[in-house]
Amino acid sequence: MATATGIYHRTYSSELRLRSTRAELFRLGLMVVLLVVLPFVLDNYWLSIVNTILIAVIGAVGLNILVGYTGQISLGQGGFLAVGAYSSALLSERMGMPVPLAIAFAVVFTAVIGTFFGLPGLRLKGLYLAIATLASQQIIEFIIRRWGWLTEGRGYITLDRLNVLGWTLPRESFEQSWYWILLVLAAIAVMAARNLFRTGLGRSFMAVRDQDIAAEAIGINLTRAKLTAFAVSSGFVGLAGALTAHYTETVTWEAFTLNVSIMYLAMIIVGGLGSIAGAVYGAVFMSLLPVLIRELADVVGPAAPWLSAQLPAIQNAIFGLVIILFLIIEPRGLNRLWERAKEYIRFWPFRY
Amino acid sequence: MSTFLNLLVYGLADGAILALAALGFVLIYKATSVINFAQGEFLLVGAYMFYTAFVMMGLPLIAAVAVGVVVATILGVVVERFILRPMIGEDPISIIMVTIGLSMLLNALVQMFYGTSVKSQPAILPRGSVDFLGATVPLNRLLVILIAAVVLTAFTIFFRRSRHGIAMRAVADDQQAAMTMGISVRRIFALAWVLAAVSALIAGVLLADISAVDQNLAAFGLLVFPVVILGGLDSVPGTIVGGLTIGLLKQFVSGYLDPGLATVIPYVVLVLILLVKPYGIFGETRIERV
Repeated sequence: MATATGIYHRTYSSELRLRSTRAELFRLGLMVVLLVVLPFVLDNYWLSIVNTILIAVIGAVGLNILVGYTGQISLGQGGFLAVGAYSSALLSERMGMPVPLAIAFAVVFTAVIGTFFGLPGLRLKGLYLAIATLASQQIIEFIIRRWGWLTEGRGYITLDRLNVLGWTLPRESFEQSWYWILLVLAAIAVMAARNLFRTGLGRSFMAVRDQDIAAEAIGINLTRAKLTAFAVSSGFVGLAGALTAHYTETVTWEAFTLNVSIMYLAMIIVGGLGSIAGAVYGAVFMSLLPVLIRELADVVGPAAPWLSAQLPAIQNAIFGLVIILFLIIEPRGLNRLWERAKEYIRFWPFRY
Repeated sequence: MSTFLNLLVYGLADGAILALAALGFVLIYKATSVINFAQGEFLLVGAYMFYTAFVMMGLPLIAAVAVGVVVATILGVVVERFILRPMIGEDPISIIMVTIGLSMLLNALVQMFYGTSVKSQPAILPRGSVDFLGATVPLNRLLVILIAAVVLTAFTIFFRRSRHGIAMRAVADDQQAAMTMGISVRRIFALAWVLAAVSALIAGVLLADISAVDQNLAAFGLLVFPVVILGGLDSVPGTIVGGLTIGLLKQFVSGYLDPGLATVIPYVVLVLILLVKPYGIFGETRIERV
C-alpha cells in the first residue's frame, strides 16, 4: 500500500464507499475487534466509564452537526440534554410508556424544543447566537430547577432499571448489557451523521456554514437549513440525554448545567470541528481526561497528599488549559493531528 | 415606600457594579471584537488579589489597591499577548471557546490557591446606615454607587480627552485607518485588556465588600451578558443604562415577586432584546442580514 500514489475510482460504487483503501478497512476491522473484546476484558468500573463515553459520543456528534457543520454556535447543550432526559423519564415513569417509545418521543420533543431555541439563529450570527443560546441554557436550567411538577417536588426523578418489552436488564451484567445497547446506538448515530453529510441536506448545512449569503444565492433555503440543523442536532442530543437518564437511573438538574454545555463544546473543539470522527475522538479524550488525572493522583497520592485535596481544581485547570492549547496550537483538533500522523508515515522519509 | 427605596438603592448599587464589569467587557469587544467569557473571572481574580494584599499581607488600603492594579495590569497584558493574539483571525467560535477555557483556568487557579471557603475581609466601606425619606438605607451601597459613578465618569473623560482614549476609539472605529495614522494597534489591544482587568478589579472589590469574597463572584460575571446586550455590545453609555436597568430589575423582582425568579429574569430580557432589537439600545447597527 505504500506504493499506491493515490486513490483512483473506476466505478461510481467505489467512489461512494466510505472506506476505499485496504489500510482503512484494516483499521475498521481492528476497531470492531477492539469494541467486541472490550466488555470481556474491562471490569465494571472501567466499563461504566466506557458507557458514559458512548453516551458522550452521541451528544458530541449531535453538537458537531450544529456547530462544526452548520456553523451555529450553541451553548445550550446542557439544556437540550436535560429536555431529553426529563421528557424520557417522565414519559416512561409517570405515564408508563414503554422505554423505547419514551426515548423516541424524547428525541422528537428535544428536536422541537431545539428548533424553537434555534429561531433566534435565523436573525443572529456568531457572537449574538452564542449569547442567545447561553440565555436558553439559563432559562431551561431555571425551569428544571424550579418547576416542582417535573420532579413532584423532590428535586430529582428516579427511574426503574431498564425494561425493554418485558425484558428487564439483569443486575449482575448491568454494565455489559448497557455496553451493547449503547454501542449499537452510538454506532448508528455515528453512521447516520457520517452519511448525513453525503446528502443534499448535509451539504446545504455546510454551505450555510461557509458563506450563508452565497448559500442562499445558489438556492438553499436558509431558514429551512438552519432550523433543520437545530432539529437534527437536538434530536441526537435528546437521545444522549434520554440514555443518560435511563442509564444513571436518576435525573437531577445538576447534571445539565452550563458546565456540561462547555464540556461538550470542548469535546468537539479538541476533537475537531466539522468532523464526525473528531467528535468521537473528542468525546473519548475529554471523558477520559478527568479519569486519568484521578488515576494519576491515586498513584502519586501518598507522595503528594495536597494533590488529591486539590483534585477538582486541578482537573478544571487542566480542562481550561487543554482547550486553550488546542485552539492555539491545533485549532482543527485531534482529527487533524491523526491525519497529519498518517501523512507523515505515508510520505516517510520525505516531508511531503 | 421604605421597601421601595431600599430596593432602589440595592438595585442601583448592583447595577453600578454590573456597569463597571460590563465596561471592561465592552472595551474589549469594541477594540478587539473579542467576546470575553472570562470577565466574571477577572472580577474574581481582582477581588482575591485585593484580599491577598489587604488581609493576608496586611498592607494599608491604598497599597493593597495599588497591588491589585499592578496584578490586574499584568493579567491583562499576559492574557492578550499569549492567549488572544495567536487567535487573531480565527472564527468567532474559536475565540469564544478560548475565553471560556481561560475562565475555567482562572477559576481553577483561584480555587487551587485559596480553596472554596468564604474569606472574611474587614469592611472597607462604612457599615452604618442613613435615614433617607423615611427609609433606612445602608451607607455602603450608597458609597458603591458613588465610587462606580466616579470611576465610570473617569473612564468616559479618558475616552473623550486623553491621547490613548482617542487612539482606542480610532482603533475601534477602523483598525486599518488607525494603523495608517501611526497608532500601534497591538498596544491598544493590550491597553483594552488592561483597562478591562482594572475595571473588573474595582467591580470585584466593591462586590466583595458588599457581599463576600468567594467563588460566587465569578457567577455574577455572567450577568454581564444581559447588560451588554441591553445597552448595546459596543456602547459605553449603554453599559451604564443596561447595568442600572438589570440591577434594578433583579432587585425589584426579587423583592416583590420571587428571589428565584430574579436569577433568570435578566436572561429572559436578553432573549426578548435579541428578538426585538439585537443591537441593543445604544449599539451600532451593522447591516448584516441573514
